[in-house]
Amino acid sequence: MKIRSLLKFGLVAATLCAFSAPVLAQQVLSIVTSFPKDLTEVYKRAFEAKNPGVKVEILNKGTSAGVAYVREAPATNKPDIFWASAPDAFEVLSKDNLLAKYDGKNPAVPAKIGSYPINDPKGYYYGQALAGYGLMWNTRYMKANKLPEPKEWLDLTKPVYFGHVAVSSPSRSGTTHLTVETILQGEGWTKGWREMLQIAGNSAAITERSFGVPDGVNNGQFGIGLVIDFFGLSAKASGFPVEFVYPSVTAIVPANIGLIANAKNADMGKKFIAFTLSEEGQLLLLDPKISRLPVLPAIYAKAPKDYPNPYGGKIKAKVNFDSDLSESRYYVVSAIFDQTITFRHKELVAATKAINEAAEKIAKKPNPPAQKLLAEARDLAYTPIVSDEKIKDKEFLALFRDTKRDALKTKQLTGLEEYWNSSARKNYAKVIELAGQAAALAK
Amino acid sequence: MTTTVHRQFTFTQAAIALAIALFLMLFLIVPVLMVIYVAFANPDGGLTLQHFASFFQISLMRESFWNSLIVATLSVVFASLIALPLAYFTVRFEFRGALLIQTLGILPLIMPPFVGAVAMQLIFGRSGSVNLLLGEWFGFNLPVMQGLNGVIFVEALHYFPFILMNLVVSLNNIDSSMEESAQNLGASGLRLFRRIVFPLAMPGYIAGAALVFIKVFDDLGTPLVLNVTNMLAPQAYLRITSVGIEDPIGYVISVLMIGFSLFALWASALVLRGRDYATMQRGYSGLAKRRLKPWQTVIAYGWIILVLLLVLSPHIGILLLSFGNIWSFSVLPDSFTLDHYKTVAQDSPRMVWNTMLYCGLAATLDIILGTAIAYLILRTKLPMRRSLDFMASAALAIPGVVLAIGYLRTFRGVQLPFMDELLTSSWILIMLAYTVRRLPYALRSCMAAMQQMHVSLEEAAENLGASKQRTIYRIVVPLMAGGILAGFVTSFMTAAVELSATIMLTTAQNDAPMSYGIYLYMQSAAGRGPGAALGVLAVVIVALGTYFSHRLIRSRAADQEARPLQKIEV
Repeated sequence: MKIRSLLKFGLVAATLCAFSAPVLAQQVLSIVTSFPKDLTEVYKRAFEAKNPGVKVEILNKGTSAGVAYVREAPATNKPDIFWASAPDAFEVLSKDNLLAKYDGKNPAVPAKIGSYPINDPKGYYYGQALAGYGLMWNTRYMKANKLPEPKEWLDLTKPVYFGHVAVSSPSRSGTTHLTVETILQGEGWTKGWREMLQIAGNSAAITERSFGVPDGVNNGQFGIGLVIDFFGLSAKASGFPVEFVYPSVTAIVPANIGLIANAKNADMGKKFIAFTLSEEGQLLLLDPKISRLPVLPAIYAKAPKDYPNPYGGKIKAKVNFDSDLSESRYYVVSAIFDQTITFRHKELVAATKAINEAAEKIAKKPNPPAQKLLAEARDLAYTPIVSDEKIKDKEFLALFRDTKRDALKTKQLTGLEEYWNSSARKNYAKVIELAGQAAALAK
Repeated sequence: MTTTVHRQFTFTQAAIALAIALFLMLFLIVPVLMVIYVAFANPDGGLTLQHFASFFQISLMRESFWNSLIVATLSVVFASLIALPLAYFTVRFEFRGALLIQTLGILPLIMPPFVGAVAMQLIFGRSGSVNLLLGEWFGFNLPVMQGLNGVIFVEALHYFPFILMNLVVSLNNIDSSMEESAQNLGASGLRLFRRIVFPLAMPGYIAGAALVFIKVFDDLGTPLVLNVTNMLAPQAYLRITSVGIEDPIGYVISVLMIGFSLFALWASALVLRGRDYATMQRGYSGLAKRRLKPWQTVIAYGWIILVLLLVLSPHIGILLLSFGNIWSFSVLPDSFTLDHYKTVAQDSPRMVWNTMLYCGLAATLDIILGTAIAYLILRTKLPMRRSLDFMASAALAIPGVVLAIGYLRTFRGVQLPFMDELLTSSWILIMLAYTVRRLPYALRSCMAAMQQMHVSLEEAAENLGASKQRTIYRIVVPLMAGGILAGFVTSFMTAAVELSATIMLTTAQNDAPMSYGIYLYMQSAAGRGPGAALGVLAVVIVALGTYFSHRLIRSRAADQEARPLQKIEV
């Protein structure tokens, strides 16, 4: 009979659990966010302590998965808050009328950082923290491999870093998308891609998640990674042997928070947003495990001595990030990156290796025809598949913008992506051939 | 139900069968059919192959397709390479290592492969302990953890016990007279093994290999943790979560994954079809055992210790990580601490509770369904009762990712009754996914338990005046208790380490089970330690469960002198 009573007990317990939840129903605030548990847990706990009876529910999604989630949630059951780094994601959401417009800004927060508005001028979302993009490296790895410390993106294109770098893909991570877009805006489309392709050619891996880069640098799988600042700063604060710098081609961009349109619990949502923007909420950003830059200038007075202060002019951000531009070509940039870099990474690395080897030989024995061949190989390898003119073409961009996909459209798009992919493969193979010829001439 | 002249079943039985069938239709058949339908559907409602054409036009998809195939195949090959010698040693020789090998067969299964993968990265990765030492001593590195290699390595180490256990069982069932005849006819050594022993052990090997193939094909967590996305399961996950539930490519991938699962099962059935592996009489069961010659002892123990070290490395790694302070570009962590466990105790008791709740409920439902189905099949003459078994077992061929996609699509927008919540964002769906996916295991346990019980016991009870219900309560269930409990434990443990469906169905952190929590923790620098600590906790829970279920089965086997072998399948 034991089994029977056990079963009964299980059933009773189960039913109790299932039905006790709604009976005790508190006010539930649901937040869609791409931020790690370290950050959300701190805010959740602080907010729940201040507001008894409120339960904060964190829905942890990647940025793009979060956007998809908000879009697909039925109108009667939308989550309350969207909280993520990439401003582009907020642009996408507000264009689709998925964010609520209301005035909830903290007047003590400056209007602009550099020339970039901290709060959405249209009032759909608010800057909650500032973030810059930079380079993070593992000091033990650098020492073991005798690598010099990099300062600029351009440094990473040097042959000495071959196989030591790691980046993520913009289609997978909103922050990587920002980094790539920052380089593209800072250096210009063609030159930016040239740099990006060279860096990718030097990379040991194109990681799946944006966290894959700092994680790999932390544990020493990779030497140097392109990361958003708090990844580097928080790892350093947690004791990892890493360093972080802001290169001059960087942009300081706000990480945002916004109220979702038709939120189930809009009042509580507004209260939470106000909390994150208040002095108390901003101070939480200084937690070593979080290490983010507050938007409230007064907080920096309470920060540790070496804490980077974007308001103090210590970080020279040359790029004035244009989020409209970024948003207009969002999918194209991701698709180009994936088709010519992520999915053809093996070939790109082989091409880069061939170029480096040829360049080394030619440097020892200068030879003009060989140099010409090498230049040709470089152009072939590092020229973006979509030209500067084409990326300004409205019709071309429109093809990618539409999210509605019928079979014909899918076919058209996949056809185009396939063409990029196969051209990249062909080009990289040709590059290896050309570089080989150049190296042979220099013998 | 047709009412013929002599009805051979009661109304209650028919009603129960119908209820079970409805449950399975709603939570298994319909969602899967939905996935298949969407993969072939045109927006205007017609059927089309266009989505498949698009799929094969995308070279990433073609690449993922081949990669999944290669990884699954090579994992089977490497798992076989590990398992074959071990199985042979146990069965063929008298030596003390047999116990070691049995332990080996369990150890990997108690750790979810994606948890192991993180630790393996630190031990065998580019700058992992092993490569740092190799680089320092010999100046070379082993790229075992890079790209697909890493996935194959982790999966082969994790799943080889399936082949090992099945192989040992079938080797033990070989009649030694077959071997003796072969020896009398002059065969010996490798020829004997190749021509007689291995072919006779084929059924066990094929069953194990097919299982490994399906499991690897289905695994989502391991490639994700290792940053490999050009495989089918991760692509399905990424397409559906970031492009959206409307994206047809995600469904095409799902259909392909079901196809491959079915193919593996079908192929294994095909290989075995038309061959009779039953041997005539059984003089004494199993191959003749021999003593090891000294050089054989060295080889046997050498291999066992090597495999043991490999198998234990994820466990050691995750343990070090959970106690380690900073572990970066060094052979071992810099210093040790208990902080990570404190963090977990503070942050995540909810997740441990969630795991207990979902898996407990799922396992309870599983044994109820399993017992009911077993009873209906073995003790009643209900028409079409076999189809219940067929439906429930079909879950084996359905990858977790696919089932989750089917749920998200089928139950889109469905509100829970009395609650202001969506079914797709509630934990109930996670629990139901566990129930459906683990039902085949519980069902096998219950069927086996009921088969071992002679029907005359029930007849005796009925002759003494007990009603059908009373007989079931007082005779059937108590006698089956051991089997039912074994089924419960198996369902519970395997559900506790499930990630494929979990990762797609979990929305709120409050509702997340441990497996998702581990994955989530691993997403930040400060979270690696706590994630590992939670992983250790999961491993301990599963290990305890395994241990008790083994003890239970063994004591029960001793009690009833029934068939002693109950395989634990994860």
